[in-house]
Parts: sequence; C-alpha cells; structure tokens
Amino acid sequence: MNKKSLAYPYIIWMIGFIVLPLIMVVYYGLTDNTGSFTLDNLTEILVDYNYKALWLALGLSLISTLICLILAYPLAMILKKISLNQHSFIILLFILPMWMNFLLRTLAWQTLLERNGVINSILSMLNLPKLNIINTPYAIILGMVYNFLPFMVLPIYNVIVKIDPNVINAGKDLGASNVQVFTKIILPLSVPGIISGITMVFIPALTTFVISDLLGGGKILLIGNVIEQEFTQAGNWHVGSGMSLVLMIFILLSMAILAKYDKKGEGTAF
Amino acid sequence: MKKIINFLEKFYMVLIFLLLYAPIITLIVLSFNKSRTRAKWGGFSLKWYISLFEDEAILNALYTTLILALLSALIATILGTMACLGLRMMKKWSRNTVMSITNIPMLNSDIVTGISFMLLFIGIGMKLSFKTVLIAHITFNLPYVILSIMPKLRQINMNTYEAALDLGASPSFAFRKIILPDIMPGILSGFLLAFTMSLDDFVITHFTKSPGIDTLSTKIYTEVRKGIKPEMYALSTIMFVTVLVLLLIINLKPAKKDKKA
Repeated sequence: MNKKSLAYPYIIWMIGFIVLPLIMVVYYGLTDNTGSFTLDNLTEILVDYNYKALWLALGLSLISTLICLILAYPLAMILKKISLNQHSFIILLFILPMWMNFLLRTLAWQTLLERNGVINSILSMLNLPKLNIINTPYAIILGMVYNFLPFMVLPIYNVIVKIDPNVINAGKDLGASNVQVFTKIILPLSVPGIISGITMVFIPALTTFVISDLLGGGKILLIGNVIEQEFTQAGNWHVGSGMSLVLMIFILLSMAILAKYDKKGEGTAF
Repeated sequence: MKKIINFLEKFYMVLIFLLLYAPIITLIVLSFNKSRTRAKWGGFSLKWYISLFEDEAILNALYTTLILALLSALIATILGTMACLGLRMMKKWSRNTVMSITNIPMLNSDIVTGISFMLLFIGIGMKLSFKTVLIAHITFNLPYVILSIMPKLRQINMNTYEAALDLGASPSFAFRKIILPDIMPGILSGFLLAFTMSLDDFVITHFTKSPGIDTLSTKIYTEVRKGIKPEMYALSTIMFVTVLVLLLIINLKPAKKDKKA
C-alpha cells in the first residue's frame, strides 16, 4: 500500500488542472486575436479606467487587511486564553457561517446598512446620527473585513496556541514583564501566522468582484469587476487574461513572502 | 483590574462574533418575513417555507449544489488520500515541488482560477457543462484535503506498521488496521472542509458553468438585480440550522468523554 505510484493520479491531475490552466492564462495574456505575441494586453492596465480600478482595489484591500489584522490579533490571544480543549470548536465557529451562502450573507449587509436599515433604526433610537455608507467604498471595506476576517484569525490563532508555555514561563522567570513577553516571545513566534493571514485576506480582497458588486451599488469598479466584465460582457479574453497576469504579479509576490516567513507551513488556516 | 480585563475580553469577543453572525441572524429573520421585500417587516409567516417546496428552480439548484459538493469532495478525498500516501515515499525535493503546486489553488485568487479553467476547457474543446464545474471543484478542494491529511500522516510511527508486516499481516491488512485509523480524522475533516468550500463557492462556478446549470450561488447572483426570492432565505435557514444541530451533536459528545477521563 505504500507505493509512490499512489500519488501519480494526483500528479497527473495537478499538471492537467492546475499547471495547464495557468499556462493558458499566460498564453492568452501575451497573444492577440491572431495568436501572435504582444504586450498590449498588459499595457491595457495603464488605461485610465483600468488603472483607477487597480488603484482603488489596492487601496481598499490594504485598508481591509490592516483592519482585519488589528481586529484579529487580540481576538486570537483571547481565544487562546479561554479555550483549552476546544480547538476544533473555535475553528467551527468561524467555518459555520460558510454554510449560509456567501452571496446572501453579503447581501444581508444591504438590509443592515440601508438608509432605513436595521443599524440606522438602532442608531436613531439611541439618538445617534445616521450611518450612510451603503453603496460607498466604506461598505465595500466592511464587506471585505466581514468576509475575510476568519482567514486572518485562524492562522494567527493556530500559531499562537502552539507556542510552548515553557518558553513564556522561562521568560517570566528571567524577569520579563508582560509587555516584554509579548514583544520578545509571542509576537516574533506568531509572524508565520500573521504573514499567512495577510496573504489570505489581501489576495481575495484585492481580486473580488462580488463584494464591490453587491455593496458598492454597481457603480464602484475594482480590478476584479473590470476583469469579470472583459470575460462575461466584452468577450475580450486576451485583455482579461493580460490584466489577470498583472494581478498574478501581486499574487506571486505574496506567495514568495509567505514562503520566506512561513517555511514550515505553520500558519495554515485549517 | 483583572476582572475589568476579563470583562473587556469577553465583550470584545461578543462584538466580533456579533459582526460575523449579524448577517446570518438577518437572513433567518427575513425568512419569516410576511412581506416579499426585504426592506420592511410585514409580520411573522411561514409561507416561504411552504412555497419553497413548490419552487422547482430552487430545488433543482439545491440538488445540483449538493450533488456537486458531495461528488467533488468525495473524489478529492480519494485522490488526495492516495496522493498523501504516495508522496511520503517520494524524494524530498519532488515532494516539495508537488506540495508547492498543490498550494496554488488555495493561494491564487478565485477569479484567476476560474478564468484559467474556462480558458483551458474551451482551449481543449470541452464544452462547459456540469462536468467542467465538477473538475474545477475537485481541483480547488484537493489542497484542503491534502493539507488535512498530511500532518496526521507525519505523526504515524512507521515501526508499528512494519511490526505488523513482520508478524505476518498482509500490507493491505496492516494498512487498514494501523495507518487508516490514525489518518481517519484527517480524511474526515478534509472531506467536510472540501464539501463546505464547494457549497460556498460562487466565483469558480460562475466561470466554468454553462448557462443551463445553476447552483444556489449562481442562482442567487442572477436574482440580485430583480430581488432575491424569499424562498432562498427559507432554504438557507434550513441548511444552516441543520448543520448547526449536527455540529452541536457531534461536538458535545467528545466533550463529555474528556471530562470523565
């Protein structure tokens, strides 16, 4: 039963359905309709319309990633403290929402955020000013943070729970204050989780077209929307592939950073 | 001081989970809303739960979604388990190469993965159909399966397996009695994770499906502009509550055992 050949079906599958499709994107991205080589599809990103979409996507996804990190780190520390033998239960709490459709969950934010929506009703009951963020970039940031927060919490949590308590105790015995224990032990040891969390939030946020579609009122275009339109509406696969290649530069960059800081693959979400 | 910190920690946790679960609560409430629009509350009603079972389009989409999730998770689990067992016997660098390629669908963005599949299928002359969606789902499920099983396999003490062989067990018997029970939790959690990922996917299905096929996700997406049918809220409430109850049953049992031990 322990033979190398057991892996062969998977390796064939992997080459056929992971490697080959990516080669197709590269091929389409670097050729024109007649099949001859061109870089025009890549420079298409410099057209004002596309360029703005890329910048906006970069800005919103960076802000969302930062908010996720700020929210997730303390949460991971708290979860570690309260959960001694409930590791899998904690993970379940974050995966459970996925059983309600992702589109419906994002759409529910419309109901919550609308001018006369749930949140505004509560705010006006408390005599607080209304929140008018639906169909603005703020709503998109909220949607990103909401959808991708679990992918920041879980890798950090998974790394923090594995820190040997003896290391922390040794630090304390040698006279380290709580702050020093955090900055000198916990924080450096959780770097793989942080980096993994950042890539797992940043990439989907940068490339989303659904969240901007549902919460941006259809008027705010991110790079994901532009690419989606090239494929489903304009039917210009070469330009769409060219812009996907530009996106892949960011993806490869994140993968390289992840590989550098998380060599052992400790910072996985699941 | 400690009490205040403890309280603040609990409060913070509740706030975050409120953020995560607020949309779910909203959807559950909407499923009992008498009025058709989601903008106003028209009183309590169960009528969407009744009309749901008469709505053939939604039931068809549900059927497609579940079959797709089941098949893709099953095939990915079988392929992935075999891959893990085989990979262990390979040289380090070839194993590492395979593992880094395995990670690609998980790290890559959905839109690029979806597009790459679409270009491949059309490039090799495969018509978009249920089959193409299935292939795509199997592919993005595989990394979750492999990453669930690999750590369990690493923990196995191979001496036990070899001892069984020395004592006359056939390789397949030794595998079933020694290796399989140890990696079973990994296989199961990989399967469940794959099933969930397939169920929740929209983007990759969007690019690899033909117009005639709809999963719940793609059906909801086409309904966004004209307004979501309230039956959808009813259906997702049923699905969510079913899973919640199942998970509670599964999770409460081992917790009791631990206390006794």
